[in-house]
Amino acid sequence: MELFTNQILAGISTGAIYACMALAVVMIYQAIDHLNFAQGEMAMFSTFISWQLMQWGVPYWGAFILTLAFSFAGGIAIERLLFKPLAKAPILTNVAGFIALYAIINSVAGLIWDFTIKQYPTPFGSSPFLGSQLISTHQAGMIGVTLLMLLFLYFFFQFTRVGLAMRAAASLPESARLVGINTSWMIALGWGMAAAIGSVAGMMIAPVVFLEPNMMLGVLIYGFAAAVLGGLTSPFGAVIGGFLVGIFENLAGTYIPGVGNELKLPIALALIITVLVVKPAGLFGRQIVKRV
Amino acid sequence: MSAVEDVVTEAPVVEAVPKRAMTLGAGTSLVVLALLVLVPVFAKNFIVFQMTMLLIYGLAVLALNILTGGSGQFSLGQSAFYAIGAYTSAILMEQYNVNYALTLPIAGVICFGAGFLFGQPALRLSGVYLALATFALATAMPQLLKLNFFEKWTGGVQGLVVTKPDAPFGLHLSQDAWLYYFTLAVVVAIYIFSVNLLRSRSGRAFMAIRDNEIAASAMGVDVALYKTLAFGVSAGITGVAGGLGAIAVQFVAPDSYTIQLAISLFLGMVVGGVGWLPGSIVGSAFIIFVPNIAEGVSKGLSGAVFGVLLFLVIFLVPHGARQVAVVSQQLLGKLRKM
Amino acid sequence: MRCGGVLCVAALAATVLAISADGARAQKKYDPGATDTDIKIGNIMPYSGPASGYGVIGMTEQAYFRKINAEGGINGRKVTFLSYDDGYNPARAVEQARKLVESDEVLLIFNPLGTPSNSALQKYLNDKKVPQLFVASGAARWNDPKHFPWTMGWQPSYQSEARIYADYLLKEKPNGKIAVLYQNDDFGKDYLKGLKDGLGAKASSMIVAEDSYETSEPTIDDHVVRLKESGADVFVSITTPKFAAQAIKRRAEIDWKPLQIIANVSASVGAVMLPAGFENAQGVLSAAFAKDGADPQWDDDPGMKKFLDFLRKYDPGGNRLDAATVYGYGAAQTLVQVLTQCGDDLTRENIMKQAANLKDFMPDTLLPGIKINTSPTDFAPIDQLQLMRFKGQKWELFGDIMSGKPGH
Repeated sequence: MELFTNQILAGISTGAIYACMALAVVMIYQAIDHLNFAQGEMAMFSTFISWQLMQWGVPYWGAFILTLAFSFAGGIAIERLLFKPLAKAPILTNVAGFIALYAIINSVAGLIWDFTIKQYPTPFGSSPFLGSQLISTHQAGMIGVTLLMLLFLYFFFQFTRVGLAMRAAASLPESARLVGINTSWMIALGWGMAAAIGSVAGMMIAPVVFLEPNMMLGVLIYGFAAAVLGGLTSPFGAVIGGFLVGIFENLAGTYIPGVGNELKLPIALALIITVLVVKPAGLFGRQIVKRV
Repeated sequence: MSAVEDVVTEAPVVEAVPKRAMTLGAGTSLVVLALLVLVPVFAKNFIVFQMTMLLIYGLAVLALNILTGGSGQFSLGQSAFYAIGAYTSAILMEQYNVNYALTLPIAGVICFGAGFLFGQPALRLSGVYLALATFALATAMPQLLKLNFFEKWTGGVQGLVVTKPDAPFGLHLSQDAWLYYFTLAVVVAIYIFSVNLLRSRSGRAFMAIRDNEIAASAMGVDVALYKTLAFGVSAGITGVAGGLGAIAVQFVAPDSYTIQLAISLFLGMVVGGVGWLPGSIVGSAFIIFVPNIAEGVSKGLSGAVFGVLLFLVIFLVPHGARQVAVVSQQLLGKLRKM
Repeated sequence: MRCGGVLCVAALAATVLAISADGARAQKKYDPGATDTDIKIGNIMPYSGPASGYGVIGMTEQAYFRKINAEGGINGRKVTFLSYDDGYNPARAVEQARKLVESDEVLLIFNPLGTPSNSALQKYLNDKKVPQLFVASGAARWNDPKHFPWTMGWQPSYQSEARIYADYLLKEKPNGKIAVLYQNDDFGKDYLKGLKDGLGAKASSMIVAEDSYETSEPTIDDHVVRLKESGADVFVSITTPKFAAQAIKRRAEIDWKPLQIIANVSASVGAVMLPAGFENAQGVLSAAFAKDGADPQWDDDPGMKKFLDFLRKYDPGGNRLDAATVYGYGAAQTLVQVLTQCGDDLTRENIMKQAANLKDFMPDTLLPGIKINTSPTDFAPIDQLQLMRFKGQKWELFGDIMSGKPGH
């Protein structure tokens, strides 16, 4: 029994990473109705910027705020410069654009900061949380930050005009334009927010996985999986999805003999696909009704 | 707050290519074919090898074009079928001494089956969800290939070395040249088959599903059958490409068939023009040669240079090589009128 | 003076013989890639993709050959070093190798990196009789002169290193319970085999848990937790740098205090121990064959001084803390030794002959006492390592230089 609870706890602590990333994924999906493959790289780059600021002497929270602002602006800039011209192009061309962005950011980060791993500080300390050795104070802090972001997003989308405008622009762009919403800038705003959330995710994840240009590769896959599992339209679902993926993967690795360990990722993804077949919009997503 | 998707007003996931514009004209096709046949006469063995790889990846991109451009199903998982095809050929050739040419149809059939089977659960998914499912398949494949359970056939992480065949009937051709002509013949045959497939009733069914799935099913098209059929055919062709790839490179290993390959094939399809079969070879050329060019520009920033070049291409020709072909056709038309 | 008689004829004959013999000795023999003034060397490294961190090796070697050229070249010939990217993809490695051999016509392929890529190249290069020299990989298959006479490794093989750990464990912890975490690829599996072979009959009783992980996993923390559950008191981490750091950190966090052994590839102070936290890494064991650029104990070592000098003059961007930089320097220096030994006979056959004829060669960057020795039946240049324990902020070498050869 103790092994079981330990695995659950370990799964929650890894799941927190996925949940964090999944929020950024959901954010961008709300804005552009598609997944951005470069999301992880943008988060990684932002984290490097914050690291560099700290190397230059800026204290942690100062660097944090500056990076948030920079990421927000950067996200908007990337959208305006690179993806607005592609707005009329087919969606697949846009996906190719995401891949190109991924290649560029990864390569540039590698050149500037090289591939050796770097230690990244945490504001929450690394001692055991509530006496449990399996969840450190940092991981508890990460979960806390994720929940805070979730709350923020919830309020933003449900109770602010801008949030409402963004949701309108994403789901029915034609009608939104008719009521005066500048859909083009809504997309830019969505990118900015996704980049900012991504940067927070990166800064929370880096202390655990160590900072290096390829750190987000695995995280992004799991982030996608978690977001899809929870429902791409639901930030709350994304967070739950993240924890579920972490726990399930861990249990699979422990209890499925032989292959469970070697096939962790495929099993996790198979789980998600099974859920999708039963509940196509994810666990908490809004059901999409197709009307001809 | 509507959760309703107005399918009529929504932009299509995949851009529709009119049937007429699916292929090159007969004249242009023959010229291209003639050029391809003459390559080994003038080029060194290494260039011939590169051209063989060009044809092989072109075949894989063609398969993806049928699936995505033809039936509108987004797939990032082609590398999995390519791997199955490659390993099938390698294992049959090395462990069971099957003649290399025979391994290709076997690989094709096995992959057709795999694709058909995968298409079943994929029926309920579309758009991003299908992308994720195929992505999952692509990431799972290398791990499956490394499993201890399969090691005595697959060679595990060490992979398998494959012997390259000699030219038959004592022809005075180098191994590379013979393999090139063999590949060319296979590719041409499959190309003709694909064109006919897309022009046939099945092809029309694919395109109907691509353009508006609900309308298609309302008109009596068996959506489930044709969607899985498209997956199967596409997987089968990719499997043949994989088999040829295994023979050309003379080596198979799990690390050769990662998600990178699937992404490259996807990029090849976009650059070539989604749904435009002749574009497959342009896309293939892009994914083979542009990384080398990028490396030549800057070793440390080769990824960035590649990304920049890719952006340039999609900015200038968002619809890929097909756009170039259409524009030049229009220009030629204008010139003829003058 | 009139030269008369037999003596004169003899002297004349002797002179003629001497001149012609000299001429025979000075007869130059070249294979494609070598000329009177130039030697073309090919290399394949992952400059992009998941293993791009190792690209530093290629860049260091490039700088090293710049230094050699500035100092006059090898026997008067300048080195042209062509290094191509394979993105750690075997298919691409084959393409690049063919380009180097058939299009660029290099003399040999030096230090190509990656076990999968090199496995793909082995047959091709042996068929073409082009040296695949000093392969940058620790797989055991590069030491097989009978079947692959054109392939030779350089660094100690993973199996050798693992056997050294097994020997140590059998001696110091004969009743130990071992938990193994290994990377699920050729590197991890080869190591595991070496460990099990080294433990021999006791392997199944001593190894109580085995867990593998994929490089696509963001963190291996949960694996460490699972291994702790096994109750082991020895923890062998067969991991690459990032995951080694994670393993050390996590192990300390969950208050697990086994004897931890990490693979040599992850023993870098700057790249692993520092991020993991020095306080967490106390007592960790590993083995080394090269000097650590981060260790001040080598600051006055003549070999190390030459290395640091080289960095200053020819590779200012190179990072002395990065083990890859030290590695590239050592490998390149070994190649230069082989080519120098070849003299004017720069045929591929002679290169392999000279490579199999290295006697007690000591590059600047290897640990004192570790020597490179090869022979026609021994294609493993370096097979010695020394154990070391992490204390304070650096590694402390201890014990004798050990050889990883089976049944030594």
